[in-house]
Amino acid sequence: MHHAHKEIEIVACHTLSIIVDNEAGVLAKVIGLFSGRGYNIENLTVAPVDIEGTESRITVVTKGTPHVIEQIKAQLDRLVPVHRVGDLTENGPHVERELALVKVHCENAQQQAALRIAEAFRAKIVDSSFDSYIFEVTGKSDKITAFVQLMQDAGLVEVVRTGVAALTRGSKAL
Amino acid sequence: MSNKEFSGAEIIINSLVDLDVEVIFGYPGGAVLPIYDALFKQDKIRHILVRHEQAAVHAAEGYARSTGKVGVVLVTSGPGATNAVTGLTDAMLDSIPIICIAGQVPAHLIGSDAFQEADTVGITRHCTKHNYLVRNVDTLSKTIHEAFYVATNGRPGPVVIDVPKDVQIYTSKDIHSGVVKHRSYRPEAKGDIDQIKQAVTLLAGAKKPIFYTGGGVINSGPAAAQLLREMVQLIGAPITSTLMGLGAYPASDKQFLGMLGMHGTYEANNAMHDCDVMVCVGARFDDRVTGRLDAFSPNSKKIHIDIDRSSINKTVRVDVPIVGDVAHVLEDMLKVWKATILEQGSHSYDDWWAQIEQWRSRDCLKYKSMDDVIMPQYALERLQELTKDKDVYFTTEVGQHQMWAAQYLKLEKPNRWMTSGGLGTMGYGFPAAIGVQIAHKDALVIDVAGEASIQMNIQELSTAAQYDLPVKIFILNNEYMGMVRQWQELNHGARYSESYSESLPDFVALAKAYGAHGIVVDKPADIDGAIKEMIETDGLVVVDCRVAKFANCFPMVPSGAAHNDMIMPDDDEEIKEFEGGSALV
Ligand SMILES: Cc1ncc(C[n+]2csc(CCOP(=O)(O)OP(=O)(O)O)c2C)c(N)n1
Ligand SMILES: [Mg+2]
Repeated sequence: MHHAHKEIEIVACHTLSIIVDNEAGVLAKVIGLFSGRGYNIENLTVAPVDIEGTESRITVVTKGTPHVIEQIKAQLDRLVPVHRVGDLTENGPHVERELALVKVHCENAQQQAALRIAEAFRAKIVDSSFDSYIFEVTGKSDKITAFVQLMQDAGLVEVVRTGVAALTRGSKAL
Repeated sequence: MSNKEFSGAEIIINSLVDLDVEVIFGYPGGAVLPIYDALFKQDKIRHILVRHEQAAVHAAEGYARSTGKVGVVLVTSGPGATNAVTGLTDAMLDSIPIICIAGQVPAHLIGSDAFQEADTVGITRHCTKHNYLVRNVDTLSKTIHEAFYVATNGRPGPVVIDVPKDVQIYTSKDIHSGVVKHRSYRPEAKGDIDQIKQAVTLLAGAKKPIFYTGGGVINSGPAAAQLLREMVQLIGAPITSTLMGLGAYPASDKQFLGMLGMHGTYEANNAMHDCDVMVCVGARFDDRVTGRLDAFSPNSKKIHIDIDRSSINKTVRVDVPIVGDVAHVLEDMLKVWKATILEQGSHSYDDWWAQIEQWRSRDCLKYKSMDDVIMPQYALERLQELTKDKDVYFTTEVGQHQMWAAQYLKLEKPNRWMTSGGLGTMGYGFPAAIGVQIAHKDALVIDVAGEASIQMNIQELSTAAQYDLPVKIFILNNEYMGMVRQWQELNHGARYSESYSESLPDFVALAKAYGAHGIVVDKPADIDGAIKEMIETDGLVVVDCRVAKFANCFPMVPSGAAHNDMIMPDDDEEIKEFEGGSALV
């Protein structure tokens, strides 16, 4: 096989922020670009972010060599409804948070363990019944993953995660 | 806002008039009847009724490419829209500005699997530059104007506007006029001046420079082609072109090396391989052009001018990227060159040209002529010779004939060569020729066709007949899907699986059936007579030119091979397969 570029490039995760027109089909267009061109989506969030509701912010965590990441950004940038594309990973320090709701069903013995883990992770109890809890936990994705893993033995029932929200540190906007 | 209320259908027509649209190519159906009614009641826009919606888009492409204007298409919902998809994809890959207005089922029925409902915006999302579903008649006028802005600014492309039938009937006072920009889409036309200066310095230091130019030069407009000529002649460097860019630089000029790439000339490909500075202008390092990537022009510094940032560093890494419109960037480059380099003087390219002349002397386009069989190359040489003083436009279908046309026709001016480059769509050429002829009533418009391709949109003979369009279809009939057969010969042990054109129609009789003139020719001695008869016949002509059945198109850079590893027409040796070649396209 012949490869375009012989130098070995390191595959890394990048968190991209994409500001788009908040109109029908934009998300499909962005996701379709990833699937159509064979790029990865590790994580995805989207919601309108301005008061008028005309702009949405899509945060995508993607994986690739520097060359692929450059291509992804350029390809996103040429889509008509895309206003701006920012690479938070490249732009320096940034804050990344994800929220998860984690439901556990606990027998007596597990209850203490569940509560202890929750405390350690600063998870909030947002629902409880006779034999169950729903915990709300926020943090970096790996923290959430760790939390969910620990809860496995404490009667984990189901999990929902929001995906990553991220902003660069400091006073500047994207 | 105007005081008067207009129906959505009237708004569509009025907006198109406002945007200087003179012709639309279309086909009616239930979901566009209000628009057809509005068309009926006016006389500013001419409607050309095609016989298949794919042909409507190709005709609009031909119109757009030969005029520099936007091509406009009107189709009905469901099958009308899905039939247009191939044409839209073709326009997407070749960056042709097209507006396609599609009818849709009434808004309240969307999503109910209504009769002739298709998710047109969903289906066309990735084969258009942008698309719209207009749910509110108050936004219709603005959307149409904005769609034109999007289709023509930056890298051009097709835009679909899906209009539910009820929106065509509702009325509104909300009327726009002139240019309506998109809210956020603002492609940059000017290139970065520092990058341009860097490019000029690099170019001035070159000993073996080459210009490699593409469809972007044509898309940028006549000024770009003019500036390119000035620049190339001022510098004295050789120039080669992609399939899409032919005509931007005059083929007869001695600095022009012919087309490059898979079926490019020996001199163009070798010069690309050996150059020390490459200036890529409005081309995109397509796989048909580069051949094997890791052996592509290994020792050159590369300058890349492109309006689309995503084309830069996509497959080939470049040293000086310049994002901008070709005409703007060339203008600035010329200014910088004149201001800084002209006095200092750049290198002499005598050695480089000596090398190129040596490659040229290989005469890579020569072929064995025969007395009793017409060689396709000969037919095209004669076609070139007998049309060269005419106001001529060429379109092509897809296959060997297309590549031979690119090699043997000498295109001197931009916008006179319409071929499906990126998508390689058989069936493109004839409807495209119809679009060209609509725009250039008195010009000689010739579709160089293959006997297989022409059958993909042969029904358009009826369209050409209806509008008295004197298009000339010049079929190089080798009784094979020649390009497929050639690959089967090269890569699949000459097992000609399903590539024989069985049960061909009698093209002369077929022409007659549509009221056109048919000519058949099968002797080299008769070819001039046939071509003259074709040119002199005042109307639609089909020429069935029977050519050698097993001729191959050379030179050829086989898939997986490098530029300097070409199969030449006089190579007798067994053709070797290149590593991984048979898995490539
Ligand atoms: C719509 C479409 N289907 C299939 C192909 C694949 N294809 C490329 S060239 C070719 C054969 C064309 O035959 P013909 O028109 O006779 O031209 P020739 O190569 O013989 O000159 C085919 C089938 C294509 N390019 N487009
Ligand atoms: Mg053929």
